[in-house]
Amino acid sequence: MKRNETAAAPCHQEIVALDRVSYAYGTQQVLNGVTFTARERDFVGLIGSNGAGKTTLLRMIVGLLKPQQGQIRLFGTPLDRFKDWHLIGYVPQRSHFNPLFPATVREVVLSGLYGRRKLLRRITKGDADRAEDAMKTLHISDLAEKRIGALSGGQQQRVFLARALINNPKLLILDEPMSGVDSETQTNFFHLLRHMHQHHNLTFLMVSHDLEMVLSYLGHEPKETSGKLAFHVRHSHDLEDCAETDLLHTLRKEG
Amino acid sequence: MDLLTAEFFQRALIGGALIAITAPLMGLFLVLRRLAMIGDTLSHVSIAGVALGFLINVYPVAVGLAFAVIASFGIEALRKTYRSFAELSIAIIMSGGIALASILFTLKKGFNLNVTSYLFGSIYTLNQTDLIVVAAITAIVLVVVLLLRKELFLLAFDEDAASVGGLPVRYFNILIGVLTALVISASIKIVGALLVSALLTIPAACSLALSKSFRQAIGLVVIVGEVAVVAGLWMAGVWNLAPGGTIVLLLIAMLLASLAFRRMKV
Repeated sequence: MKRNETAAAPCHQEIVALDRVSYAYGTQQVLNGVTFTARERDFVGLIGSNGAGKTTLLRMIVGLLKPQQGQIRLFGTPLDRFKDWHLIGYVPQRSHFNPLFPATVREVVLSGLYGRRKLLRRITKGDADRAEDAMKTLHISDLAEKRIGALSGGQQQRVFLARALINNPKLLILDEPMSGVDSETQTNFFHLLRHMHQHHNLTFLMVSHDLEMVLSYLGHEPKETSGKLAFHVRHSHDLEDCAETDLLHTLRKEG
Repeated sequence: MDLLTAEFFQRALIGGALIAITAPLMGLFLVLRRLAMIGDTLSHVSIAGVALGFLINVYPVAVGLAFAVIASFGIEALRKTYRSFAELSIAIIMSGGIALASILFTLKKGFNLNVTSYLFGSIYTLNQTDLIVVAAITAIVLVVVLLLRKELFLLAFDEDAASVGGLPVRYFNILIGVLTALVISASIKIVGALLVSALLTIPAACSLALSKSFRQAIGLVVIVGEVAVVAGLWMAGVWNLAPGGTIVLLLIAMLLASLAFRRMKV
C-alpha cells in the first residue's frame, strides 16, 4: 500500500482526497470542482439537500461512477490504480435490498469478505471465525441463522455494519445508514459509530439526512462547502498510538 | 415397462434431468437480480436463430445459441444505457427477437412442423448430438457456478457492495448473460421456447417461498426442477401428454404447494 507522506503526522495519512472533481448529468452540473481531503481518524459527515450530489459523490468515491473532471485518490493512490478495496467497509442504504432475499445473517456478514482478494479462493475456518467475531461484536450472534429480511430495521443496520467491519477496514463509508428506522434506533446506531470513532483507528465518511444528531457531534460549522454540499468534520485525538489493531477484538473488549 | 427402456425415452430423461439442474440454477440468480424476464427474451431471440439455422442448413441449436449470446450482450449494453430500467432493454430485445423469428420463419415455406417442435419442445426427438451439447453446457454452468458461487451471491444480494469490494461486476454480468444464453438454447428443444422461462423462474419462486438461506435456496431450486422434469416426463409418457406442458403444469402445482406450505408455517 502506498502512503502519502505529506500528512502532518505519520498516523494522519490522507484517506480520501477529492481534487477539483466535477460531474454533470447531461447539462445539469451536480458537482463542480469539489476539493476536499479526509485524513485518518476524521469523521466526515456529508450533508446536503436532495440533488446536492451526495450520492453521486459517494458513488464516485467507491468507483461506481467515474468523475468527468478532476481526480479522486484513496489512501494516496489514484482511483483507477487503487486495488486495496478490502481497506474500505461499505454500509449501503438499508432499503437497498430485496426483503425476500434468501440469505441468513451469517451469509450476509461473511459476504463482506467476498471481494477481489477472495476471488476463486476458499472460505477458510479463519474466515468463518471472523464472521462469528463480527456478529458477536455487534450483538447479533443469536440472529445468525435468521433470514435477513425477517429482522427489524435496527438489526439489519447492525448486520450491514458487521459485514463492513469483517475486513478490519480503515475507511468506513455509510450511505444514509439511518434512514427508515425509528429515532431511538437511530440514536443507538449513531452512538455506536461515535464510540468506534473515538476509540479506534477508523475514518468515517457518512452521507446523512439526520442533521441534528450528526451535527451535534461534528459541529455546526462545515469545514468545507461546495455548491449545496457541506463537509462537516470531526477529528478524533483520543487514540494515542498508531499501532495496527484488529477492530473486532478491541471493539469487543470494550463490550 | 416398455416406455422406460425405449431409447428415445431414456435420452429424454437424461437430457431433461441435466437441464433441470442448470435452468433453475441460472434462473435463481436471474430472479434474485430482478431479471426474471431475461429468460423469455433470450429464448425468443434464440428461436430466431433456430429459424435461421433451418434456412441456411446449420445445426439449429448452435445458431440459436449464437443468437442468444449476442442478445445477452445486447441486453447488458442497453441496461447500461437505461440504468434502473432493466426491463426496458429486455422488452426491446424480446420484440426484436420475435420480429426476426417471424420473418425468418415465413421466408421459406414448409418448415412449420420443425418450428412447432422448438416452440413447444420435442424432447422425444433428442438425438445423440443434442445430448452431448446439453451435457457439455451443464458441465460448463456447474463448474462456473461452483467456482464463483460466493461472488455470484454477493452480486445478486448487493451489486454495489460487490463493486466496492473490487469485483469486476461488468464481466460478471456478461458471464451471467452468456451462461443463461447457453442454458436456454440447450433447453428450448426440451421444454420449448415458450415454456423455457417457467423452468427458469418457477423453481426460484418455490425456493424464495421456502428457503431461509442461500445454501437452501440453491439446493431447493435444483430439487424442484428435477422432480418436475422427471415426474413430468414420466406422466407425459404414461398418459400420452405433451411433455413440455406437463412439466410446466407440475412446476406450477409445486409452486402452489410451496405457497400453501409457507402459509401453514406462518
